[in-house]
Amino acid sequence: MRAGRLRDGLVLLALAGYAGPFFWQALTSVRPDAELLPLAHLLPSHLTLVHYDAVFHRSLMPRALGNSLGVSLLSSVFAVALGALAAYALARLPVPGRRVMLLGMIAATAFPQIATVSPLYLLMRALGLRDTWLALILADVSFALPLVIWLLAGFIRDIPRALEEAASVDGAGRLATLRWVVLPLVAPGMASAGLLAFLFSWNEFLFAYSFTATEASRTVPVALALFPGVFEVPWGDIAAASLLASLPPIVIVVAFQRYLVRGLLAGALRE
Amino acid sequence: MSEAADRRLGWMLLAPALVVLGGLTVYPALWVFWLSFQYRIPVFSIARWAGLEQYAFLAVDPRFWSAARVTALFTVASVALECALGLAIALGLRGQHRGRRVALALLLLAWALPSVVTAKMFEWLYHPAGGLVNFVLGGRTINWLGDPALALPALIVADVWRATPFVALLCYARLLTIPPELYEAAQVDGAAGVQAFARITWPLIRPILLIALLFRTLDALRAFDIMFVLTGGGPAGTTETLTVYAYRALFQTLQIGFGSAIGVVVFVFVMLVAVAYLRLIGAEDAAA
Repeated sequence: MRAGRLRDGLVLLALAGYAGPFFWQALTSVRPDAELLPLAHLLPSHLTLVHYDAVFHRSLMPRALGNSLGVSLLSSVFAVALGALAAYALARLPVPGRRVMLLGMIAATAFPQIATVSPLYLLMRALGLRDTWLALILADVSFALPLVIWLLAGFIRDIPRALEEAASVDGAGRLATLRWVVLPLVAPGMASAGLLAFLFSWNEFLFAYSFTATEASRTVPVALALFPGVFEVPWGDIAAASLLASLPPIVIVVAFQRYLVRGLLAGALRE
Repeated sequence: MSEAADRRLGWMLLAPALVVLGGLTVYPALWVFWLSFQYRIPVFSIARWAGLEQYAFLAVDPRFWSAARVTALFTVASVALECALGLAIALGLRGQHRGRRVALALLLLAWALPSVVTAKMFEWLYHPAGGLVNFVLGGRTINWLGDPALALPALIVADVWRATPFVALLCYARLLTIPPELYEAAQVDGAAGVQAFARITWPLIRPILLIALLFRTLDALRAFDIMFVLTGGGPAGTTETLTVYAYRALFQTLQIGFGSAIGVVVFVFVMLVAVAYLRLIGAEDAAA
């Protein structure tokens, strides 16, 4: 019993060590500038919030956080809305070629962004969407949608058909069954798919870097990659900005872990 | 009658998603092939048919072969390390009774962070004068990202850190489904430790590890953010993958056709791995 507790503790300690690079970045974000370069002591003499002050008041980060939050929320909502309807059709309705379409969805999840970025760039330019939220939302929705459909089709197939049949015996049409029986049952699955779509959009860099030009639409990863340094690299400020960029992923792995794990496992392991 | 109505409803529900996917996924995926057959340099208003000339150029382009080699090295090394380390972590986690949620949160954090954040974090860890890595090594001043011999290994370490939790999670989930009775029975037969691992754990975990390996290979082949931000392909092109080369051609020298041709090469390799994956799950499907 005691040995088991010790073992559990050691595993937790090892995993805390694994997350060490992140904790180091957190420590860097509150370390005084004078103690950053060169690194003389592991622990700083005192903690400071100057880097956060700089990020909030003298950088484009606040604007980028707003852009990222807006783009990620909207694209995950659209992806789940479109995906749920399509997934129901592919899972339950006699649409010709649905098996091929589902396989196409898996193939589409594998498309490398570097191959589609040039046509999408030309398309966004032709539509006059460069440097807008809409360009990023469209790109992120199209990238997340195949995975969302694949996940939700699987979750819908797991619902016992008897429940839907019971509803139709009670006189409910297909759409009413979808609305009142299927969607409530598949709500946890929609949360999983939505979380993955949100995380993908929040972390997405290549499209955002290529389609944006100004602070009007630059997202957090782009702002972080382009973080300006006047004479030298502001490592403390970058660390503070990284911490802010990490907040939604932290919330997801801590508070929504169950949904995240379920989505990841279903995406990888489902038949 | 009802069947026809259901089919019509099916198409109606599918239509929005198919329009989005058709316009923003399928069409670009076909268009990139078309672009790769053209010379397109918009700033000089150049736009003419090139046929296979860009591919002929790639075949003798040393920079292309260097990028292909870097991509292959990066993929093989990082995926191998991720699978080994991921399995080890899963085995460590298996017996965990207390604090499982905390353990998974600590593990999955690395996976959930934006790769730009990971790149910035490792850039700072590797800093010659301010980095923790040199400090831990006793105050060395190794220039990890500036040394052509060290930059690729340093990049691989960063990617392994980021992606291992995914492999670990898949393996861990599989391990939890193995009934303990199997091990008890093996113990009765005198098999414990390494033997039990070889006889019970390994055969059951292997299919999952194979799936994880294919997923990771797909992602490693198309990885872009981490090397673009951490090393920018340098020093001296030693970390320039095909994706970084394609990006440079597309958006820095603005050769849309040529950059698309490199993108197509990545596309083809990735799809070959994806077909292997589809075959694999197809085989399982048939077996089930």
